[in-house]
Amino acid sequence: MKTLLCLCCAALLSLSGCYREQRPLPGAPATASTPDPLRMTNLQPGEPKAQANPANPYEENAYAVSQGKRLFKQYNCNGCHASGGGDAGPPLMDDKWIYGHEPANIYASIVQGRPNGMPSFGGHVPEDQVWQLVAYIRSMSGQLRSDVAPARSDSLSPGKAEQRRERETPASVALPQSAK
Amino acid sequence: MKRIAALPVLSLAGAAAMAAPFQNALKPAGIQAERIHDLWLLTVGICSVVFAAVLVALLLALSRAGRSDAATPPDVASLAAPEPRLKRNVLLAVGASIALLLVLIVADFQTDRLLGRMPLSDAVHIEVTAHQWWWEARYNDPEPGKIFTTANELHIPVGRPVIMTLKSSDVIHTFWLPNLHGKKDMIPGRTSLIRLRADQPGTYRGQCAEFCGLEHAMMAFLVTAEPNDRYEAWADAQRREASNVLSARESRGRQVFMERSCVMCHTVQGSGANAVFGPDLTHVASRQTLASGVLPNNRQQMAAWVTQPQKLKPGTNMPATKLSGEELEALLDYLGTLK
Amino acid sequence: MTTITTPTHTGQRDSARQLEQTWRDPPGLYGWFAAINHKTIAVRFMLTTFGFFVAGGVLALIMRLQLARPENTLVGPDFYNQLFTMHGTTMMFLFAVPVMQAVGSYLVPLMLGARSLAFPRMNAFAYWIFLFGGLMLYVAFLLDIGPDAGWFAYVPLSGPDYSPGKRVDFWAQLVTFTELSALLEAVILITTIFKMRAPGMTLNRMPLYVWTMLVTSFMVLFAMPSVMLASTALITDRLVGTHFYNPAEGGDALLWQHLFWFFGHPEVYLIFIPPLGFMSSIIATFSRRPIYGYPAMVLAVIATAFLAFGLWVHHMYATNIPELGKSFFTASSAMIAIPTAIQIFCWIATLWTGKLNFRTPLLFALGFFFILTLGGLTGIILASVALDLQVHDTYFVVAHLHYVLIGGAVFPLFGAFYYWFPKFTGRLLGETLGKWNFWLFFIGFNVSFFPMHLLGLAGMPRRVWTYPAGMGWDQMNLAATVGGMMIGASVLLFIINVLRSRRHGVPAGPNPWGAGTLEWGTDSPPPAGNFVAPPVCGGRYPLWEPDGVPAHVTGLADDRREILVTTLMDAVPDLRPVMPSPNIWPFLSAVAVTILFVGSIFTPWAVVWGAVPIAIGMTLWFWPRSRETRKNAASEVHP
Repeated sequence: MKTLLCLCCAALLSLSGCYREQRPLPGAPATASTPDPLRMTNLQPGEPKAQANPANPYEENAYAVSQGKRLFKQYNCNGCHASGGGDAGPPLMDDKWIYGHEPANIYASIVQGRPNGMPSFGGHVPEDQVWQLVAYIRSMSGQLRSDVAPARSDSLSPGKAEQRRERETPASVALPQSAK
Repeated sequence: MKRIAALPVLSLAGAAAMAAPFQNALKPAGIQAERIHDLWLLTVGICSVVFAAVLVALLLALSRAGRSDAATPPDVASLAAPEPRLKRNVLLAVGASIALLLVLIVADFQTDRLLGRMPLSDAVHIEVTAHQWWWEARYNDPEPGKIFTTANELHIPVGRPVIMTLKSSDVIHTFWLPNLHGKKDMIPGRTSLIRLRADQPGTYRGQCAEFCGLEHAMMAFLVTAEPNDRYEAWADAQRREASNVLSARESRGRQVFMERSCVMCHTVQGSGANAVFGPDLTHVASRQTLASGVLPNNRQQMAAWVTQPQKLKPGTNMPATKLSGEELEALLDYLGTLK
Repeated sequence: MTTITTPTHTGQRDSARQLEQTWRDPPGLYGWFAAINHKTIAVRFMLTTFGFFVAGGVLALIMRLQLARPENTLVGPDFYNQLFTMHGTTMMFLFAVPVMQAVGSYLVPLMLGARSLAFPRMNAFAYWIFLFGGLMLYVAFLLDIGPDAGWFAYVPLSGPDYSPGKRVDFWAQLVTFTELSALLEAVILITTIFKMRAPGMTLNRMPLYVWTMLVTSFMVLFAMPSVMLASTALITDRLVGTHFYNPAEGGDALLWQHLFWFFGHPEVYLIFIPPLGFMSSIIATFSRRPIYGYPAMVLAVIATAFLAFGLWVHHMYATNIPELGKSFFTASSAMIAIPTAIQIFCWIATLWTGKLNFRTPLLFALGFFFILTLGGLTGIILASVALDLQVHDTYFVVAHLHYVLIGGAVFPLFGAFYYWFPKFTGRLLGETLGKWNFWLFFIGFNVSFFPMHLLGLAGMPRRVWTYPAGMGWDQMNLAATVGGMMIGASVLLFIINVLRSRRHGVPAGPNPWGAGTLEWGTDSPPPAGNFVAPPVCGGRYPLWEPDGVPAHVTGLADDRREILVTTLMDAVPDLRPVMPSPNIWPFLSAVAVTILFVGSIFTPWAVVWGAVPIAIGMTLWFWPRSRETRKNAASEVHP
């Protein structure tokens, strides 16, 4: 009787699985249908309209976030964003988000491009890779749980590993910055 | 009884002989592998003799010793008196073992020395960098204009030494081409060296031999050894850029290449695509295989690889690219021009 | 004061009953957690390690099913990588070394004529730590957090960059659990062997099996710290961002390999040396004569242990360390064959001049000769740098390692189970089923693993979840799978044999095989205090010595857990300490340690906060009980 109980528990445990560890990934998350064009301010004409703001399930998957980190380097995001510290482009590891901090906002920024130099990667980067990048970028400001966010990388160390960063409280700056 | 026992041994030996000769340590095609094979024959010979001797001794012991059961009184005479005959026999056997071991050690050292003394004049220099899960090869040359990069399929000249510098861009991989040499690890942060020479023409298959992640099993490469003039012709062709003379559909295909995700990772010399995170595709149409030795290189497999790579090589870093039918056909036409 | 007399009948029955009361474990559920009798713990330990053996075997069968056909899709690459990692980790860390320590912790006190192991509560603690570590790993595996970087977890693949998530962290922490357990058991065994031998059992008269356990335990002390260091550095690299294995910041990927293999090579000798002791015990009994060449056998085991620490670089021949250095390790790797050869020749000499009783234990011992010798010779092949460069990391090595580990350790282990089962349970294992067990295992093993030699030479690398058709590997892989199924069937036969014989086996008296060492001089199963009257040892095979009946020790109290401590070299009676009574704190401390270890996978603060319950548990573990202290003080003899 006791052994039967143990076996049942074991079987149940195995069904639950652990999304954090799943790899390779099945494909772009279901919520990754093209999001609504996102507003960048809280002002809007007419009746207030609820806005779809899907979460990015890749933020729960450590493999997806590590793929995002790899792609961040390979697609040369470092060229303007310098491992999150910012250079020609704004820093990504702080709490100031010009075009919104939600995953869908970041997705739109990457896909559509933004004024003052952010290229549009829409056609160039496949959809699920964009979501992996979004998950990684969110980890740079400590938004992800420490068991999902990447640990230190096998390279010269630019700073604390993403999983040990303090969680920033992101705030959208109300209006886009003007050109410097 | 003996025939029944012989059957499995023969069928296994037959099975081994039927194993493909192109990724086989027992079919050396170059001087380094030849030397290793010679040492192998000596060592297996000696080890087989020793094994047979031990088995014969054991079987003799089992057949000659008397029988007993739990009640038979034990023979404790040996606790008081020495056993000179046994001592002599055991010492002889140990002495023979030591002598044979010394023979093997000396033979091994000799082989090591020979392996390190391959003549190196007029060598081809290739720098191989392993990635998860494909091979990048850069043919170096003192003249910078003659340097070219390819991926996954190498050609080398028969009879000329090849010096390969081995590096890794991520985790530890191992370069193993059994027909031509033993293996060498490619360790990030270190550079290793392998020197080999093909003495027989042919196409040989190698495979990564250090567990390197999800698709370690599907990280193979091909090395074609051919006469020097054919090799030089191949190298010249590799140095040429992709042709700009394209039909309308091929041009459309190049447009798809540049505007979609291909350009983010791949290089096609002469087209403006110069990314280095995926294999160099300048001459992809002239390769026998795709996806690092995994798929045969034909139009249908290329289409499948571009649109559904995870089905063919789960875990690969090649992304699935969504293309319309027209875009895909044009792209395939363009890729077909990259000979 | 102890007196040495032959036993008298008067009062012996009362004495036996009192002894049983004193030494047995407390009853009930509390007693189950608080038990510290070495036989109770050892049986649990053996059952647990055997359970892990079966689990590891099932994992292997799934792998073989996947590889039976080319381009098979029974399992995908991710699950396959977890399978071979779990199989290797289970067999190496959760079965092979612990089972040897488990069997030793049952037999060594009996063979030495002692009432107990040294440090019985620590023995219990070591078992709980081992159990919790193994459970942690398997729960992680069932939750898809099972490690997938190989049982050897080379960096950088197992490092923070290329193994995201917590999988490798669970692996590294399992290493911590099992190495702690092994180190504690080693300390216990060394102390027992050095200080608790029967009077008269000089080192020169110690059974060969006890020598192997002594040597193995010393090896554990030197080998385990290396892997604990390696895995701890990996944990800190992954958890807090140290750079031990990061070449870009001054670390080195090869550091891992050196540290791991400095442990890893002695590890396989930890697995191999105790079975050499099993072989000596079994062959002596079933040849009806002492093993030939006792001094040579002892020195050979000691030489093997020393040499084993000088071989580790043969796992690294394909790296770019200097060639001259590698040649040194060729010489040492070949040299270690010599002590093993000495042992094999001495055993053959014993068999040749003995009278043989062909029962199942002897059959398994004979299987060793065939399989281990073949494995050892492929080891000579692998010792050569040039040859190793062709067959390293191919199925040739898989064949070699299974030939030496199964032939050299598992076959003698099964022989040991058949041999000592009557001592553990009082009943013999079935002889017919035993012979079927042996032959099915022997044939199935060779059918499965011999083709792998050829597969490796034919180009098939290790750790591949599938292979292409057209390579000519199909038939050999299929044969390997069929053989694997045969092995599974033979293990099933063994389990059936055990379950049936426990109830319906032929009852065994104290000495069903007519053996000569001291464990056969007491009941089967032994009473809680091992010996009603502890023996005095008169020779290497005390029960076979001319008068056949050893003298006994009298005067030890039987109303408290009093034992006899003797001197190291000549086993002269020295002290009469009192062993501690059962309590629940070893179990609870093990739970606290588990919480700290598992917590530190997720946050470094677990090390700080988790230390508090451990400190409490261990304080209460050692807190003297006033009643016991008074009782012991009253019994002290002052000169």
